[in-house]
Amino acid sequence: MKHICLYFQVHQPFRLRIYRFFDIGVTHDYYHEVNNRALLQRIARKCYLPMNALLLRLIEKWGKERFSVTFGLTGTFLEQLQLYAPEVLESFQRLYATGAVELVAETYPHSLACLKSRTEFERQVRQHVELLRKLFGATPKVFRNTELVYYDELARWVHGLGFQAMLAEGADTLLGWRSPNYLYQSSEAPIGLLLRHYKLSDDIAFRFSDRSWSEWPLTAEKMANWIASLPAEETLVNLFMDYETFGEHQWAESGIFEFYEAWVELLLREGLALFVTPSWVLSQYKPVAALSAPMPLSWADTERDLTAWLGNELQTDAFETLYELEALVQKVEDPSIQRDWLRLQTSDHFYYMCTKFFADGDVHKYFNPYNSPYEAYITYMNILADFRQRLAQAP
Amino acid sequence: MRVLMLGWEFPPRIAGGLGVACYGLVKGLAYHKVEVVFVMPLRTGEEPPDGYRLLGANEIPIPFPSASAAEFGEKVRFYGVATALGPYMEQIVGPTLEFSVPPPLPEATEGVLHLEFTGRYGPDLLGEVYRYAFAVSHLAERETFDIIHAHDWLTYLAGLWLKEKTGKPLVVHVHATEYDRSGENPNPTIRAIEQAGLEGADLVIAVSFYTRSVVVERYGIDPAKVWAVHNAVLPKDRAPVSRPPSSRKVVTFLGRVTFQKGPEYFVEAAALLVPRLPEVHFVMAGTGDLLRSVIHRVAQLRLGARFSFTGFLPPAEVERLFDLSDVYVMPSVSEPFGISALEALRAGVPVIISYQSGVAEVLPHALKVNFWDVEALADLIYGVLRYKGIRPFFIRHAQQELSQLQWERASAKVVEAYQSLLP
Repeated sequence: MKHICLYFQVHQPFRLRIYRFFDIGVTHDYYHEVNNRALLQRIARKCYLPMNALLLRLIEKWGKERFSVTFGLTGTFLEQLQLYAPEVLESFQRLYATGAVELVAETYPHSLACLKSRTEFERQVRQHVELLRKLFGATPKVFRNTELVYYDELARWVHGLGFQAMLAEGADTLLGWRSPNYLYQSSEAPIGLLLRHYKLSDDIAFRFSDRSWSEWPLTAEKMANWIASLPAEETLVNLFMDYETFGEHQWAESGIFEFYEAWVELLLREGLALFVTPSWVLSQYKPVAALSAPMPLSWADTERDLTAWLGNELQTDAFETLYELEALVQKVEDPSIQRDWLRLQTSDHFYYMCTKFFADGDVHKYFNPYNSPYEAYITYMNILADFRQRLAQAP
Repeated sequence: MRVLMLGWEFPPRIAGGLGVACYGLVKGLAYHKVEVVFVMPLRTGEEPPDGYRLLGANEIPIPFPSASAAEFGEKVRFYGVATALGPYMEQIVGPTLEFSVPPPLPEATEGVLHLEFTGRYGPDLLGEVYRYAFAVSHLAERETFDIIHAHDWLTYLAGLWLKEKTGKPLVVHVHATEYDRSGENPNPTIRAIEQAGLEGADLVIAVSFYTRSVVVERYGIDPAKVWAVHNAVLPKDRAPVSRPPSSRKVVTFLGRVTFQKGPEYFVEAAALLVPRLPEVHFVMAGTGDLLRSVIHRVAQLRLGARFSFTGFLPPAEVERLFDLSDVYVMPSVSEPFGISALEALRAGVPVIISYQSGVAEVLPHALKVNFWDVEALADLIYGVLRYKGIRPFFIRHAQQELSQLQWERASAKVVEAYQSLLP
């Protein structure tokens, strides 16, 4: 019997509008309202609503003891639901009310603040926890950092915030010869680590409809068989992926919804697996080893490091310029400044400046509003210049 | 392999990218052991010697009186008229006849005639084009070669005539079309000569995919015979001059001040930038038929103090200008290639090019903009000058791309094209 921990990341950034240098000091409206709304509503139609309905059906059919899932809903995503698609928020709330859903905490705006400021990082985590409490009545016990960015020092901070476990990438550099299919612990703090099985996760998230893949087409039987034939003692399987995999990254026409439902049904019907949450894993498993990650890891690209966000001169300059403002921001209480400060920290803004855009841009182009990293960078820097002026003028 | 190459420009006497490209190409061909005889209207004697032979059309002896005015006139009439579309007929016949009259023959030529050329783009350009064709056609008996390679419409008639006389395969090389130069109002005579050259050629080389599509779509040429071979850039033979630290920022436009190059978009972008960048200065280097109206517009916008107009700059001055430039802007409306962008890059200057330029195809990391989007253009200029992330990022990537653009490589493709035509 396998225990499958299904975790879905659900995030949307507040994408920026075209903001020219001559807008600096003239307008403080930074966001592409029309696009953000249209995009969110499209994804809601293609992914969030149908997939939530599917999950609800499975929960009602099999019960939370056999079928549970975990979500990471970012603060900017939940804000956009409130603004543009309240029916989707209600749908998530209904799912949560079944008791078969665990919500994990993270930084409110899906930021990389941990790399710059512990104070800012902790503030954002508290803000996110507060939002989950307010919208869902949830008290998260497990933490998941932006893009699964993980390193030793962060484990200490997260433990200090009272969390019992973290999700992280089952990167080869972290695991070495070990398998991701166990519960681990940080070498730095008594905090559990659930590590993503990147091969099986990406088989669904990236390769499902790839016709050049030798395993295409991926069937429920094939996937179930791969999981069932993992070594008997490896009972924990962590499948973490973007929620938009269902219906967006993989279109409905690819058969992703049918595949998913059939796969869950097959495993449950045959008694091959249970679908569990991180908290359940913590209550049932003992860590088998302590792992150390001196350098930051992530789940991005093949490098599994930070280069997708901080890999070139554009990104590092934008990132440094942003955090130069932190001290100023903390002195200002103006809610619109505080709101923009959070939204500007969303990691997607740096992702759009990625150099890899030119080479293998497929993933990086997804939902990307810019024609080039230069546009992303200049737009962002123009906005930061305006934001800096506002800070200087704030009472 | 021996190639008779027909061109209008060669360094040091160049008006634009055509001469630079021809020079790079013949050097690249020399590297591949291809013998090239390059025939231009006239030599200045200052051309760099580099493993090829240069010949001025004015040096070609034309037997007299066998070369009759009648034959000349008939040929010109044939190429000018036979390919013209109906509505253009009248317009073509006129200038054709007018220009077809050979210059008066000197008295004591002892049976040998030499035609005279200016090699400039003057008012008698068409006449010069026809005389060039007439002179070059006499190389059929004097030179041996395997391939005829003609650059741009100026030499197409010469190429066609030579092909007719020798039966050797003709390659025409499109550096620009009349649509690039004149937009939607092409000169009908030039348009007709281009049509004849493209149709009569055994193989067409376009300097970009962009130009290849123009050749195929606008001239109806069979795509199977149109190859795209991107231009390249010769390695720099001097180190960049270190400039004194200055808060002044220089934004440079370099090229003919004509419709094709979009100089007015440069001025409009400048007008947006000046109020926000007190330290910026704009240089417009080059001359052309829009220069007067551009200067008027600059005056009207009260930007005179921020603008310098240098007129045409010879290559050495261009290098100096690049050394002083913080960003090079090429807002071309329709640019078959845009070799000057590569020269700016070679000098380590960030370049902003329009999507409507062929060079964009080989510079993925260049900053790009639609020529008409003045606000976006201004924003890119502002970003390059103000935000320190772009310069190191751009230089690192663009230099890498530039290192791939060698004339040896481009020429290898041209050799391949030649070989496809030989038995």
